[in-house]
Amino acid sequence: MNFLQQDVPLTWYLLLSAALFSLGVVGFLIKRNLITVFMSIELMLNAVNLSFVTFAHQWHAVKGQIFVFFVMMVAAAEAAVGLAIIIAVFRARSTLAVDRIDLMKL
Amino acid sequence: MNGPVLFLPLIALLPLAGFLVNGIFGSRLPKALVTAVGLLAPLGSFLVVARLALMVWSSSIALPIIEPNAPTWISLGTLHVDFGSVVDQLSLVMLLVVTGVGFLIHVYSVGYMHDDDGYARYFSYLNLFLFFMTTLVLAGNVLVMFIGWEGVGLASYLLIGFWFQKPTAASAGMKAFVVTRIGDFGFLIGIFLLLANFGTLTFTEIATKLAANPAWTGGILTVTCLCLLLGATGKSAQLPLYVWLPDAMEGPTPVSALIHAATMVTAGVYMIARFHFLFDRSPFALSVVAIGGAATALFAATMGLAQNDIKRVLAYSTISQLGYMFLGCGVAAYSAAIFHLMTHAFFKGLLFLGAGSVIHALGGEQDMRKMGGLRQKIPITFWTMTAAVLAISGFPGFSGFFSKDAILAAAFQQGTLGKALWAVGVLTAGLTALYMFRLWYLTFIGDSRNEHAHPHESPWVMLGPLVLLALLSIGGGWVAFGGRFYDFLAPVTGPRVESGAGSLEYILMAVAVGAGLIGYLIALFNYKPGSARVAPEALAAEPAGFTKVLAHKYYVDEIYNAVFVRPLLVISRYILGWVVDGAILGGAAWLLGGIATLGGAILQRWQSGNLRSYAAWLAAGAVALLLFVLLAGVPHPWSFSLFRSLTNFQQAGH
Repeated sequence: MNFLQQDVPLTWYLLLSAALFSLGVVGFLIKRNLITVFMSIELMLNAVNLSFVTFAHQWHAVKGQIFVFFVMMVAAAEAAVGLAIIIAVFRARSTLAVDRIDLMKL
Repeated sequence: MNGPVLFLPLIALLPLAGFLVNGIFGSRLPKALVTAVGLLAPLGSFLVVARLALMVWSSSIALPIIEPNAPTWISLGTLHVDFGSVVDQLSLVMLLVVTGVGFLIHVYSVGYMHDDDGYARYFSYLNLFLFFMTTLVLAGNVLVMFIGWEGVGLASYLLIGFWFQKPTAASAGMKAFVVTRIGDFGFLIGIFLLLANFGTLTFTEIATKLAANPAWTGGILTVTCLCLLLGATGKSAQLPLYVWLPDAMEGPTPVSALIHAATMVTAGVYMIARFHFLFDRSPFALSVVAIGGAATALFAATMGLAQNDIKRVLAYSTISQLGYMFLGCGVAAYSAAIFHLMTHAFFKGLLFLGAGSVIHALGGEQDMRKMGGLRQKIPITFWTMTAAVLAISGFPGFSGFFSKDAILAAAFQQGTLGKALWAVGVLTAGLTALYMFRLWYLTFIGDSRNEHAHPHESPWVMLGPLVLLALLSIGGGWVAFGGRFYDFLAPVTGPRVESGAGSLEYILMAVAVGAGLIGYLIALFNYKPGSARVAPEALAAEPAGFTKVLAHKYYVDEIYNAVFVRPLLVISRYILGWVVDGAILGGAAWLLGGIATLGGAILQRWQSGNLRSYAAWLAAGAVALLLFVLLAGVPHPWSFSLFRSLTNFQQAGH
């Protein structure tokens, strides 16, 4: 434990978090499949979780870790609802390509 | 106030109730009920007025009666306007005429309008007219009078255009409304001038203030008088605003009798008599009234000579007789003018109702060239009409004789101008006899020129009013015998103009009667059966020469069209329609709409419906905010902690 704390600086955790978040953003923007987009969102959430945990450890504050639980809980609910919507969309339109789900367009 | 209950508000409110009942429920009520409501309202008003008149007659009540505790309308500083009714000698006479003749014409209408689809609508309008007319007469101040004034204009418009499916009737109603509106504009300016100069609109207070300044004459008073005169000119169809009245004959005939002969058109005369204390202070305005009246009388009488529509002859006759009344007002013989107003209401109301009976008998025919020989077919109409013709022609003993003579005698007393006006009046009297007997000959005498018609006498509901009005036309003049009528009005209109020495009075009478006789003789020679002018080909021929000018009414309508109506239409269509409405207002609206549309078209591109572009904008926004916070160093707790966490992580490692 100490080994990790001393040898791996805070910056690395944050950089990893930022890298994961950026991957999530890029995936969200460029992927066409709705499920992949959904996974990218999860990736962004977990990147944020990682930075929460890092800071919580750094400042010895339990608030950050509590927030992580909140985020995980919301992510779980979101996954349940989101996947249900995805299934419904697929049944209705036989496709999951984001470009083609544009009924709300003017 | 102690004393008998007078029910003054009922005089106006009963017709209003009749209007509301018949106007709202009329189409769903049985016809008998509509008739009952339509007749009982004016009858009630008349009974209230008649009871009042009897009380005045028996001296059990003194005039003027000012209603106590009247509801206030406007109370601003020193200005106080209320809805109170004021009855004095002048308004009592006028009320008797309006409700009495009005009721008779309501009764007549029951027969005349019997088969009309708009029966209930007709009676509701007629009651509405009576409501506004009695309001006008009873008004104790100018503003309430103006309400009545505008209201009778509205009723007139509604009733002229009663058969609105007929384009001529609809446009005649509009013409009447617009032309009288020119006069109303003058009236309104006059009201403002009164308010500015007297600070009050109550008749009695204006009179009191004038009486307190005996030296105040002319000037602004003349301007005020001329403005009021413009109003009277429009309403009473005087030169140059008379053009609406002949066209108003498009309305049902009883309407012509009630509104456009007996009552509404005399409102101008009533108004001038009401304001006589003001006109008395402006000799110039009085001269304008007198000259305008005499000119109108002559001008309209000549036009009446060449008309072939029986109602149009009567319309020009009405304008001419109203000219007499203005002449009377103009020579300060207000009581004589009011007297002529009253007798005119009798005989002209009768003439119109008789003409209605003739039209009814012939199934809608109004052209005198297709009448003739109706004397035997419709004898009661014939005899009552004859009484009216004699009355309007000034046959001695008939009502028109007394009133016309009183006006002419008063004019003769007024110096050189007065004598000239008297001469015009006498000439007009001759012309009056001429066109009236022309009508009489063409309609009733000789052989029928209409083989298709099967004339039938009107029902008694129409003949009853004819007979009553005929009695009034014959005997109505005797109320002034010995000057009683003038003495009765004297408290309001001032003492009458003395008619000079007895012998002069009789000479003037003889001259006027002689003029009428000459008019009759000309009519006799020209229009008696067998004379050249009543030959079919002569009647069918196009009029030529001066007769043609007369038949075309001096082309006044055409001139007005060219000078006023067309330029206004051009201005409306091109300047107001195209430039102001089309270019300026339309352009502004188009510009504003265009900006919004264009902005929308640009912003629409953002709303692509493409989820990823939204997300990209979201991400770009987040990045922009982050950069802003980092680079600009916004002093915010978040940025502070973020900054510290990013810069101080080295020490944080302990």
